[in-house]
Amino acid sequence: MEAEQDLLERCDLWACIQCGKCTGGCPVSFKTTLNIRRLVYQVLLDGQLSPEGMEELWDCTTCGTCVLRCPKEVEPSELIIGLRTILVDGGVIPPTIRDALTSVFRYGNPSLMPPDERADWAEGLEVKNIAEGAETLYFVGCIPSYDDRAQRIAKALVKVFQKANVDFGILGVDEKCCCNEVRRVGEEGLFEYMVEEQQELFSTHHVKHIVTTSPHCYNTFKNEYPGLDVKVQHYTQFVAELIEQGRLPFTGELEQVVTYHDPCFLGKQNGIFDEPRSIIQSIPGVDFREMDRIRDRSLCCEGGGGRMWCEGTNPEERLATSRFEEVLSVGADVLAVACPFCLLTFELAAKAGGYDEKVQVLDITELLARVI
Amino acid sequence: MSATLIIGAGIAGMQAALDIADAGFKAYLVEKDPSIGGRMAQLDETFPTLDCSSCILTPKMVSVGGHSNIELLTYSEVAEVEGVAGRFRVKVRKKPRYIDTDKCTGCGLCAENCRLRDRIDSEFNVQMGKRGAAYLPFPQAVPMKYTIDGDHCLMIQRGKCGKSPPCQDACPAGAIDFQQQEEILDLEVASIIVATGFDPFNPLLKPEYGYGIYDKVITGLQFERLSSASGPTYGEIKLDDKEINDVVFIQCVGSRDRHLGNAYCSRVCCMYTAKHAHLVREKLPGAKVTVFYIDIRAFGKGFEEFYDRVRENHVHYRRGNPSEIVKRGDRLVVKAEDTLLGQPVEVEADLVVLAVGLVPREDTEAMARLLGLTRSEDGFLEEAHPKLRPTETGIEGIYMAGCCQGPKDIPDTVAQAKAAAASAMIVMSRSSSKATSHQG
Repeated sequence: MEAEQDLLERCDLWACIQCGKCTGGCPVSFKTTLNIRRLVYQVLLDGQLSPEGMEELWDCTTCGTCVLRCPKEVEPSELIIGLRTILVDGGVIPPTIRDALTSVFRYGNPSLMPPDERADWAEGLEVKNIAEGAETLYFVGCIPSYDDRAQRIAKALVKVFQKANVDFGILGVDEKCCCNEVRRVGEEGLFEYMVEEQQELFSTHHVKHIVTTSPHCYNTFKNEYPGLDVKVQHYTQFVAELIEQGRLPFTGELEQVVTYHDPCFLGKQNGIFDEPRSIIQSIPGVDFREMDRIRDRSLCCEGGGGRMWCEGTNPEERLATSRFEEVLSVGADVLAVACPFCLLTFELAAKAGGYDEKVQVLDITELLARVI
Repeated sequence: MSATLIIGAGIAGMQAALDIADAGFKAYLVEKDPSIGGRMAQLDETFPTLDCSSCILTPKMVSVGGHSNIELLTYSEVAEVEGVAGRFRVKVRKKPRYIDTDKCTGCGLCAENCRLRDRIDSEFNVQMGKRGAAYLPFPQAVPMKYTIDGDHCLMIQRGKCGKSPPCQDACPAGAIDFQQQEEILDLEVASIIVATGFDPFNPLLKPEYGYGIYDKVITGLQFERLSSASGPTYGEIKLDDKEINDVVFIQCVGSRDRHLGNAYCSRVCCMYTAKHAHLVREKLPGAKVTVFYIDIRAFGKGFEEFYDRVRENHVHYRRGNPSEIVKRGDRLVVKAEDTLLGQPVEVEADLVVLAVGLVPREDTEAMARLLGLTRSEDGFLEEAHPKLRPTETGIEGIYMAGCCQGPKDIPDTVAQAKAAAASAMIVMSRSSSKATSHQG
């Protein structure tokens, strides 16, 4: 009861006027029974809500559209996270999410992968460890460290850094999950524990500048790590600067039609819309075309908020699949992304929907690696 | 004769000037635009009575223009104010019109022959029509004198316009004067009325509605021009050749929004949207009209009855604040939750009208500094007491009328203007007894 009262205040639910802007823009409300506006109302009326049996709570991708648009500055998605916390505390949790959380606690990654293999992707790339001292910490993240496909983003980014003579290092096998998603599935305790570990690691190595592969890591470092006195950048910000400073000379051309999908944690939640576009547009030969749903109106790929580990109640209608209609409508042969989650969800959707013959899904780093 | 300075010649400033002048005092009416009339001149019909805005406004404009006690200073701005109640010394900057208003007969040949004719966005038609550098903002303008917009005019900007400027060649009165310079006028007045109005909310600040991206998403003020017989389509509701079958109105755009810092209700949008919905049903009888709203506020005289009438005209009122507009093929799709159904919905539209709210004018801070006034939390000018001195400012002898103090409709604006005029007259009557000579 007390926790829920706290939730009312923390999410400022008393400010809600039930206008429905949250549900109207919620990317999953059209395909599941999750209705965040009604949820707010129920919690307000009852002062408490037992989330047990509400499977649709796991449908939320925490994309942040509801928070961004609420005219009363209520934080509807924080309510969902709060209700998930109640479920997690009670042990009522989808098994795949439970496994991911257990894995983060034990191995420092959500994918049940051995910690000592975390830096295997970098073998032979001559990437130094941050312990040797470096101006910039490249924070790789779990998916780009272990996933075969996503490793290519990390490798491409290393190539970019090396071409631009960036003095950088990685944490290697000591790197641990940033826990952006851990917080979003409601495991507050684990989040706090891991934040403390991570902060210690950063201060041991006197980290002053972090560049992340993933907008998810970027988001939590920038907005949720208490007192982290470090300059945090998503790679698109850093690389856009490198290009502007003339530190990244292009040697090739890319004769392709490219469109770009804004990741929620980069765009809607952190307002980074221009840097990824300026990078793509600076690549010689590229014909850059915008889709209809861009920037503040971008459509979530459904990879966030724990959805990488949990299908949700309606796995049939994938938002990522419908996105390809838009990609094709602008005649693009490359769908560029700037997030490992987006990369994987879109690749999966491309294969499932038979779009993979017409459209390649590539991270911006991979485009860059082809022309430097 | 004691005088009052009135800043802004919309309906508030005009009403205050007329009352003061009719009482036998002098009114200096300063207006930054080339014509008086303000926002009300842009409106089509007015709620809830549906009388034509310019039909009720134009006679007032003519009275103001012809009143012997009113000195009109159009295309002018207040530059400096010193002194105290009973004796304010004011400097007014009169911008060059590049047309001698004593000679100009209003024939319009300069505008017809201007090299930039139909090349500059018309402010009056809210970017939906064009004008030239030599122009009359709208047909009923007072004074009926043309203006050359120095920011665009080739003669002013480059010192050259073809072999010889065609406006000058065409003017039969020899009124064109490119040598005109800015003038500073010194006035002494007993009191001041601020009636500077509002700005419409800029819908680019709500990017989820695609304003500026989709040309079929327009603002309420643009709808007024579209529906007006003097507008760019002569009152036809159309944007291009495509037929309009589905029209969606969205309420509260830029109002009741803490996120934008506009926490207040703009008071007029519910009713102006009801009026727009009525106009669509009247002019496009086959069109389906949907109004998305959060709460309907029909609190004024005749308002609820008008809202009843509009619904009975077969307008669908759906409770829900739309979250975004996207495109599907050629059509717009408004995505919302119908909160009464408890379901997310998509409504296709050929035209979407955003009921943009009223915000403090961009130059409110400059005006507040010029006069030493304060602003309330909503950004509008602050009254001396929210209940008992709603038309007075913190400075004795300076009063407010209309939307510079906060959003209000026409009758409330007129009422406040008359109250401000009464307050100004108290100061003027006091100072008349010991009046010294002054200009004007």
